[in-house]
Amino acid sequence: MTRRVDTIVLHGVLIAGGLITLFPLFWMLSASFMTSGEATTFPPHFLPHHGTLAQYRELFLRLNIGRAFLSSAIVAIAVTIFSVLFGSMAGYAFAKLRFGGKQRIFGLLLIALVIPPQVGMLPLFLLMKTFGLVNSYWGAIIPSMVTVFGIFLIRQFMLSVPDDLLEAARLDGASEWRIYWTIVLPLARPILATLATFMFMSTWNDFMWPLIILSDQTHYTLPVALANLSGEHVLDVELMMAGSVVTVLPVLLLFIALQRFYIAGIMQGSVKG
Amino acid sequence: MKSERRAALLFLAPALVLLTVFFFAPVVAGFALSLTDFDLYTIGDPHNIRLVGFDNYRELIGSSIFWTSFVNTMYFALVGGPLTVAVSLAAALLINAKAARFKALFRTVYFAPVVTTLVAVSIVFKYIYHPRFGMLNRALDTLGLPQPDWLGNPKLAMLAIIILAVWKGFGYTMIIFVAGLQQIPEELYEAARLDGAGAWKQFRHVTLPLLAPTFLFVGIVVAIGQLQIFAEPYVMTRGGPLNKTVTMVMLMYEQGFKFWKMGYAAAVAFVLFLVIGAATLVQLKMQEKR
Repeated sequence: MTRRVDTIVLHGVLIAGGLITLFPLFWMLSASFMTSGEATTFPPHFLPHHGTLAQYRELFLRLNIGRAFLSSAIVAIAVTIFSVLFGSMAGYAFAKLRFGGKQRIFGLLLIALVIPPQVGMLPLFLLMKTFGLVNSYWGAIIPSMVTVFGIFLIRQFMLSVPDDLLEAARLDGASEWRIYWTIVLPLARPILATLATFMFMSTWNDFMWPLIILSDQTHYTLPVALANLSGEHVLDVELMMAGSVVTVLPVLLLFIALQRFYIAGIMQGSVKG
Repeated sequence: MKSERRAALLFLAPALVLLTVFFFAPVVAGFALSLTDFDLYTIGDPHNIRLVGFDNYRELIGSSIFWTSFVNTMYFALVGGPLTVAVSLAAALLINAKAARFKALFRTVYFAPVVTTLVAVSIVFKYIYHPRFGMLNRALDTLGLPQPDWLGNPKLAMLAIIILAVWKGFGYTMIIFVAGLQQIPEELYEAARLDGAGAWKQFRHVTLPLLAPTFLFVGIVVAIGQLQIFAEPYVMTRGGPLNKTVTMVMLMYEQGFKFWKMGYAAAVAFVLFLVIGAATLVQLKMQEKR
């Protein structure tokens, strides 16, 4: 009997927690379909009385948010491709190739995990300035093209690739690049998907560096454009909610589709590390 | 063997070159920058740069805005960090309970805020916190409770930001705790039950001690993340009211990229680095003692 009660209480708490967690996202979505002013009426509307796409039309047709969407997509996709390629190459070398100083170099790289990126941001900006990359997509992409986290993640996975397999290929006369490309990469597909999901989402959501390096509206990514808009449209609640939906929805949907890989990445980074 | 070494060099080259040029070198240069008087005039003419030793650090220690940002950042980390850990541990225990159904669904729901864009949800929370038409105060109104101006009240603004940060972040550490909980062998709980231990005693004497390594990892990850707080106050309060939400990264950003006092800003960044290093070391030491 008490076990039954316990189970009911347990699920009551789980559901209450879930509702509280989802409420801000639900309200963001709901208010984005309201007419201007509806989100601030008394008594409050939880759902739009006459659902409208007016806020989205305003965002895309007049405020040109599509451009920021495109910028975000360009930067996030480029970072994802480069970081998976370079990260897997380095991760493979650290896991499977023999060369002098391997442990020492790898240990040095791991130091990067406790250095806050802000420490390097000022000189990085000056460096980008000398390269003429301020206010360009490359300026936003280059610093994330490879991450120590990614190298670490892939190395951990590749340690379990059997050496015999690689030796056999070497005896068959396969080049090192060919071994990596045709044997190692296909085996590593799950971890590559994990890293790709991780990098895409973190780049899409990134704010501080894009804010610094993208100084002109033509290159703003969504978070930067949104922060900028929120200054000018403080009172347009419904419009800002629509802008938030446009920013959040792609990553949220991607997460729901690929959460297996995303959560595996967190587990790998914590438990096995 | 020799070809393998050459191959390793080629495989590592892109990563090592990129990390050296765009991460490690800027970090080292950041320290050098903090020893100079690099400012707006230096950007115009680089020859104006002068080494000033630790002058920036001295200026920092003497300025009240730096200490304000330091205290605010520590407040955010010392209240928000433990709160995030507590909420995520509670959520992990609930989800991991044997009787719990729909585990995957609840896990997805609790994790959802983690993947959302910080800037976007900061804007959403800004409206939820609105003193008159925000959903939070309307709920408090219905319950007959007082309705404060969350972001406008100097005493409450940082707390409101902490609540957002807990909401946004607890799902991440929850996943790590769930992984830790699943590694505790079931036999230990059975043995404790045979000894007559109730739920609380099992938690206190089996779960908590065996989660110690997880706590260490979570503590370090959360502390590093929390001390870098920037976007929430930038979007929600711009550091106000009365500078109560100015954080160290925000001070660095404003001094460095708004006023171009880069030497000074670099010093702020380096102090942040030291604080993060200290926070990591303290937790490692605490773990050793136990």
